[in-house]
Amino acid sequence: MSAVSFSSDFVKRDYSLTGPSARSAVETGLASAEWYHTEIPRKAMKELMQRSDGPAIRDTVLWLSLLVVTAAAGIFFWGSWWAVPFFFAYGALYGSASDARWHECGHGTAFKTRWMNDAVYQIASFMVMRNPVTWRWSHARHHTDTIIVGRDAEIAVMRPPDLFRLAANFFGIFDVWYGMKALIANAFGVLSADEKDFIPEMERRKAINAARVHVAIYAAAVLAALGFGSWLPLVLIGGPRLYGCWHMVMVGLLQHGGLADNVNDHRLNSRTVYMNPVSRFLYMNMNYHVEHHMFPMVPFHALPRLHEMIKHDLPAPNTSILDGYREMLPAFLRQLRNEDYFLKRELPATAKPYREEFHREDSVPIAAE
Amino acid sequence: MAGWIEACGADDVDEEDVIRFDHEGRTFAIYRSPDDEYFATDGLCTHEKIHLADGLVMDDIIECPKHNGRFNYKTGQAKGAPVCVNLKTYPVKVEGGQVFVQID
Ligand code: FES
Repeated sequence: MSAVSFSSDFVKRDYSLTGPSARSAVETGLASAEWYHTEIPRKAMKELMQRSDGPAIRDTVLWLSLLVVTAAAGIFFWGSWWAVPFFFAYGALYGSASDARWHECGHGTAFKTRWMNDAVYQIASFMVMRNPVTWRWSHARHHTDTIIVGRDAEIAVMRPPDLFRLAANFFGIFDVWYGMKALIANAFGVLSADEKDFIPEMERRKAINAARVHVAIYAAAVLAALGFGSWLPLVLIGGPRLYGCWHMVMVGLLQHGGLADNVNDHRLNSRTVYMNPVSRFLYMNMNYHVEHHMFPMVPFHALPRLHEMIKHDLPAPNTSILDGYREMLPAFLRQLRNEDYFLKRELPATAKPYREEFHREDSVPIAAE
Repeated sequence: MAGWIEACGADDVDEEDVIRFDHEGRTFAIYRSPDDEYFATDGLCTHEKIHLADGLVMDDIIECPKHNGRFNYKTGQAKGAPVCVNLKTYPVKVEGGQVFVQID
């Protein structure tokens, strides 16, 4: 691996979607650009893209059953320490697995049948505290302009990284605070300037209506907690987004953390990590993240096959979550001192070279390890 | 109205598939449905101008490869976010094993 930073007279990064970085991304052609992708014969690609309901039905039945069983056991043991392991599992299934279901169903690739995608998408959006309309559009932008500063609304680690905020988000602190604020503002009919940047006018009413439904359910949970004089309703609804999101954050940070920004080659800004089967279930195979970004049409169950087909053209995957963190955390620390620093993984000899035409031509590498 | 333009051989498109056809600086998508009928639309998605020929045909739907936006390729109807603007469709006929598109 090499690690590169550029002697930087770069403009300081501005992550708002309406600021100078956004303007410069559009002016330089970084935004809405054509991205590198590995060549795959059409016949093979068609096979990989094929949809079927079976894998996602099995996944959803297992997921919902585990939610019901762990919640029931948690309620049964409520008041004793025996409830803790059940709510630990329930929390991860609610506060983390919902993110992957939101994501895969948002792409419409989980199920073949459209209404099934839509139904699970709505449930998962609620669980992960995301406005289902707003986040559909923000995620489209994330795929158009992945980790392009000023364009991508879903950059989890901005530079220089705010390590306190990252750590707090393992317990959902900032995400829930800002997510709730946005939902309540939306419910009152207010959309932020950033939201207006990526939600077309004709969709804004839908975003407001969806926020109203979510806020009403949370209000009912709060009222129930007050009425029963018990935390239990909030431990079951809403609370898991705090105490159960750790797995989502743990695997989510690996997607792009420490890697390049402002490039048009997903091999430079995304990370594939081999993971244990439990994490892959919770995460719906999104550990194959370079593959997902290159070919978002490929459903979760076909990503391992896609990986085998194109790995000759990708940097070697990290071998585990721990291995990924060993690579990523030191990069975060380096970015505290120099926010232009990023990791650049080596490509195998069989790969096509990186597309780097959008790095500034007058940039001079000052560090390579 | 312009005449019929020869786009491709009927066998150039697999069943339930799509290919790209470029003509005079414009790009089109030619579809062959599962029941062996042919259709044509504009080649670029109305969301962000991505070539639909890289997408997936399922029954009468073409799904865009970039953000999975869906259109009915027979009518051009956009089926929901992130595609909100319908796709333009063009008349097609098959003669002598060739597919012709009527481009305006
Ligand atoms: S470019 Fe086609 S759905 Fe976005």
